[in-house]
Parts: sequence; C-alpha cells; structure tokens
Amino acid sequence: MTDSTQNTGVAVRLADISFRYADMTMRFDTVFAPASITAVIGPSGSGKSTLLNLIAGFEAPQGGRVLIDDIDVTDLPPSARPVSMIFQENNLFAHLDVAANVGLGISPALRLTAADKDRIATSLSRTGLAGKERRLPRELSGGERQRVALARALVRNRPVLLLDEPFASLGPALRQEMLDLLVSVQAERKMSTLLVTHQPEDARRAAGSIVFLEAGRIVAAGDRESFFAPDGPEAFRRYAGSELQD
Amino acid sequence: MSAAIRDPRVRAGVAAIAVIVALIGGAFIGLAVEGAADFARALSAFDAYYVRVAIFTLWQAALSTLLSVAPAILVARALSRHPAFTGRGLVLRLFALPLALPAIVAALGILALLGRAGYFAGLLSWLLGGDWPGIYGLSGILVAHVFFNLPLATRLFLEALGTVPTDQWRLASQLGMGVAPSFRLIEWPVLRSALPAVAGLVFMLCVTSFTIVLTLGGGPAATTLEVAIYQALRFDFDPARAVALTFGQIVLTVASIWLLSRLGADPVRDANLGVAPPRRFVTVQATERAINIAVIVVAALFVVGPIASIIVSGLASDLAGLASQASVQRASLTSLGFGASSALIAVLLSLALVAMRRALETMRRSRRRSLLEYAADTGAGFVLVVPPIVIGAGWFILGRHVGDVFLLAPFMVVSVNAIMAMPFVVRAIRPAHDAAAERHDRLAASLGIAGWNRFRLIDWPSIRRPLLTGFAFAMALSLGDLGVIALFGSDAVKTLPFLLLERMGSYRTSDAAGLALLIAALCLGLMAVADWSGKERA
Repeated sequence: MTDSTQNTGVAVRLADISFRYADMTMRFDTVFAPASITAVIGPSGSGKSTLLNLIAGFEAPQGGRVLIDDIDVTDLPPSARPVSMIFQENNLFAHLDVAANVGLGISPALRLTAADKDRIATSLSRTGLAGKERRLPRELSGGERQRVALARALVRNRPVLLLDEPFASLGPALRQEMLDLLVSVQAERKMSTLLVTHQPEDARRAAGSIVFLEAGRIVAAGDRESFFAPDGPEAFRRYAGSELQD
Repeated sequence: MSAAIRDPRVRAGVAAIAVIVALIGGAFIGLAVEGAADFARALSAFDAYYVRVAIFTLWQAALSTLLSVAPAILVARALSRHPAFTGRGLVLRLFALPLALPAIVAALGILALLGRAGYFAGLLSWLLGGDWPGIYGLSGILVAHVFFNLPLATRLFLEALGTVPTDQWRLASQLGMGVAPSFRLIEWPVLRSALPAVAGLVFMLCVTSFTIVLTLGGGPAATTLEVAIYQALRFDFDPARAVALTFGQIVLTVASIWLLSRLGADPVRDANLGVAPPRRFVTVQATERAINIAVIVVAALFVVGPIASIIVSGLASDLAGLASQASVQRASLTSLGFGASSALIAVLLSLALVAMRRALETMRRSRRRSLLEYAADTGAGFVLVVPPIVIGAGWFILGRHVGDVFLLAPFMVVSVNAIMAMPFVVRAIRPAHDAAAERHDRLAASLGIAGWNRFRLIDWPSIRRPLLTGFAFAMALSLGDLGVIALFGSDAVKTLPFLLLERMGSYRTSDAAGLALLIAALCLGLMAVADWSGKERA
C-alpha cells in the first residue's frame, strides 16, 4: 500500500458501541490514536478481547458503528476490513510450513507468484526468521511462532494491527524482545496498533498511549507518561499494584 | 509384584482377568480340539462356497464403509459450518439414536419401510414400473449398515472438526478464505487424520456384523462368515465347517485390526487449546448454506425413516394382545433377567480391572508398566476384537460333547454379553474412579481407611453414578443382542430378540413390529438412564 494513510496512520473509532455478552453490557465510545501503539489493559473479563473482536468484525455490536479511517466498516465481514489480528496462540496452521502460513496473508487459497514469494522471504527476514521457511510450526519455539504471525501481518499490510495478548505465554526476556520487534516494525509501517495485555510493564515498554478497561467500559485513557505518573488514573494504579512502585 | 498380589484390589483384578481368559480361551480350545479331531473335514470346508462367503464379507464391509464415511464427511462439515441453527441439537441427538438401537430392531424398521410390503413399496413399484421385490440381500445390508454407521461417522468427524481451534476459524475468516480453501486448509487436514480411524472402525463393525446380515441378507449369495458359522452350527450341524469358518473370521478380524493400527498412525496434531470461547466465526454464503441445509435434511430423513417406521408399525400392531401372550411374557422376563445379570457381571469385572490398574499404577511409581497393568488397561479393549459368535461357536462345539448344549444358553448369553459390554463400562467408570483415587488416596492412607470401609465411605459415593451409567449401558447392549442367543436359543430359553427373529421368520409381521417397539423402548430407556447418569455431575 502506498497511499497517504501509511504515513499518517488511520483512526479507529468506536462510535457509541453497545454489546451484550452474558450478563454484561459493554459500551465503547472512543477514538484510538492513529499510527501508534495503544495498550489495552484491564482485569480478566473486562472486555479487552471483545473490544478487539468488535473492531476485527468477529463480533457484531447491538448498537453503534465501527469506523476505520472514517469509513463505516460495521457491516463488513472480517476479511474485508483493513485489519490484521494476532492471537495468543493458534495463529498458525499446524500442517503448513512457515512460508505457507505467511503466504496465506497474501492469498487465502495459497496461489502465490514469484513476487509474492519474494515478499514472504523479505518479511520473514525482517522478523528474524530467515532460513526457516520450510519449518513446520511444531518445530518452532513459542516466540518464533509469534514472529511468523507478525510476518504474515506484514505481508497483509493492513493499516490496523490488533494483538490479543500475543506474548502472554512467553518468558519475560523473550516477551521484551518481541515487544521491541513489534515497536520497530510498527515504527516502519505506522500501523494503528492495539495491544491487549495483562502486564502494565508491556505498556510501559511499547505503548504510546494506554486505555484501561473495567466491566466493559473504558474508565481511563491517556498517554503513557500520564498513566505511570504518581497522579496517574486511580483504577489503573489499583490494578497495577506494587508494580508501579519500582 | 509379590507385594502387589497381597493387595485385595489386585487379587480381584486378577480374578476378573482369569474369568475373561477362561471364557475366551475355552471357546478357542473347543474350536482347536474339534479342528484337530477332524482335520481333513475342516480342511475340506475351504471350498468355493467358503471363498465366496469370505469375499462377500469383505465386499459388503468395504461398500458399507464407503457409503457411510463419504457422506458423513459432507454431513459433518455442513453441521460444523452452522454451529448454531435451531434444531441442530435435535439432529445430533437423532444421530445418537441408531447406536442405542438393537440391530434386529433397525433391520425390522428398514423392512417395514422398504420391504416387499413396506410403507414405500407402493411408491417404489410405481417408480420402477413393476413389482418392488423388497429390500433384501446386499442392498438391504448396505442400507442397514449406513443407517448405523453414517450417524456414527458423522459424530466422529464432527468431533474431529471441533478440535480445530476457534482462533483458526477467526483467522480464516479474517484472511477471507472461501469454501474451497477453508476445506483444503482447515477442515480436510483434521478430517484426513480422523479418516483412517473412523473408516477402520466402521469397516470392523461391518465385517463382524451378524444380526443385519442374518435378517436382511438373503440366501447363500449374501452371507458373511459369521452368519455362515451360525448356519453351519444351527442348520447343517457341521462343526468342522464351523471351525474352518471361525478360523477365517478370526484371520479377517485380526488382519483388519492390523491394518487399522497401521492406518491409524496420527501424524501432525497440535495439542494446544484455544483460549477463545467455543464460538465459531464462519461466514457462509447463501449457495453453500442451501447445499448444507439439503445435506443435513437428507441425512436426517435417512435416519428418521426406519425409526419412524418402527414406531408407526409398532403402534399399529396389537400391543395388548401381544402383552397377553405367555411366550412374550416369558421372553420379557428372560431378557430382563439375562440383561440385569450380564450388566451386573460387566460392572463387577470392570470395577475389578479399574481398581487393579489404579493400584498397580500407584505401586510402581515411575517404573515401567507390568504386563498385568497393561492387561487391565489396553488389554481390556481387545475383548471387542473377538466376535461373540466365535466365542459362542467354540462353547457350542465344546458343550456338544458334554450333553445338551442348549442348557448352556443362560450361562453363555449372560457371560458373553457381560464381557462384550465390559470395555464400555471400563470407559464409563475409570475417569471418575481414578480421579477420586487421586484425590483421596493419601488422605485415606493417613487416616487408615482401607478395604470395605474405604469402598463404602469414599469410593462408592464418587463412582456410583458412573457405575449406574455402565450398568444401564451394559444392560441395554445385552437386552438387544441377537448373537449368542441365536446359537443357543431354544424353546426352553428365548429372549425378546430371539422371539422377534422367530416371529419375523414365520411372517407374523404385526407381532414382530410390536416386539421391535418393545425392545426399542427398553433399550432406549436404559440408554437414556446411562446418558442422564453419565452427564449429571454432583
């Protein structure tokens, strides 16, 4: 994609969204900062994943609209939205090798041209997987699997990137390494990125801004500095607990 | 091991294995002795007829497998693409019914529908422009086998499709995969890895199918080895031929199992669980939706047909008159008595095996499994490999030397049905038993609760529900079975299925329909109890 949105990023807007799930009604009315990483933090069941599912189109809201780059995408199927998503696990098809798993991002029927294969190789080397094209997912470490998913997001080249606790099952050192990779890739492509995480530490390392969810609402939003300042949002400080003191 | 043998749980388990081995081993001794005594005659039984029967056995099983498994892939796929339509639960319940239905009842239902005088005979005669000859022979066998195995295969495939992580469906719909790529990349790989096991299971069930072939197969042209064994013993009284046929049946069964285990090797399976809730995110186009609905409706009608005709023809028969017949009353009591005894034995055997396996596992800690533990674990399942007819034939031949073979009937029917149900009962009680043992073992040891007190106070409350499940299931299996009783049944001892077979043979169609409904109601009632007690967890 060479259009201008790549440089300035696209805005993701949730306009007056309401979504009922079990006993809880979630309400979102917000705009996420374009071309930067926003960390989405909150306790379990606060609606973090649902927020991403609504943007990706896996869930349909009962009310309100989802706008991406000022275009109403509420009624579009997931594949027609300018969105890529990376899950915590199961991002890869177990019986397809690394190159094919990335190739699915270009052609869902895996019809790939020579130029496509070049792009796959480029994005694999960008994510540090050069030479591992023929490996099967089970021959990769957890971190490497997420690198493949990131490589696929790169070849898909959609302006919005959603990550649902992508590094939650990795150890601390590996998680930091992956976050740094995410930050540098995002800096190149200027994708508007939402990163769901349990760890305030992830937000401190990677995010430009933060939204904090509780019981299906965004109860605090702001840039990183304001969240981690001594007078940061009360709900967030309660959630993060002692982690903020170091 | 010397310490192990003093444990009462191990002793009970060894006793259970001894009973099973004696029953199966006795049959094989009977067969071997007869074969050796009249070797020339047994050898001469390998004639052209023998070859024809053996080939037909394989041929009908192969066709049945193909006709059950290929459509099942379509049906399972259709059901998995639509995870939430109204009536889906009903369809799945319907697909569980044939498994609970005794083969002879299903055979009667199919005849009531497609037989010469069946409900569809008029329509079929008109369509074919002649007299509908009725569904007998190969076509009848195939319809019945598909009736049983299409729903079974569908459920197994659906289970396999359920192992696809939700995230992969989300991924597929985000990447915009259409019907063809998502079949090729997501559905087919799991179906393909399930295929050998499913096809192998269906093939096995069809190779050893007895009742269906006995009732729907016609004459020497449509006879399998098992039915030929039965005919050799019951009608021709030719034990040497029966031995030869049994030999063939065993070779065939062992060969198919060998093939099954070769095919069943499971190559790629990722064992991670999806974190997302079990919801699907499949976008289905209108054309595909229409095709899927058609596939599901046709499959459901195919299964409903025979069941509905059992109910309709059963209700149309003179049920009150039937109930007042002394023969029916006696057969009912016999069936209930045999069924309950055989279920009780099955439960006791299973409990002994499960307790021993657990005891041995705890004692050995990290050492290798002993042969005994293996026998109680995997070994128990191997019982299913031995066709009941083969055990029956062995004891029939052996008993003939002792005296009136038909006096063996109650003993044979009860014991053979008990060990055939045993693997299923083991499967029902083992998880709960082992979980309870895991929880309580150390506490019970520290408090010094052991033996009968332990069983009464600790084990019984946590396993009585699974025991009830196993009992009801075993009783249903035994009650509907027409295998061993077909060999040993006589005027003195008749079960309900045996009586039904007699009435069908003498063309008392109305009686047969009423009896079929009675057996179906009993078996489904027991299965419902098994289902209920298996699901409800306190």
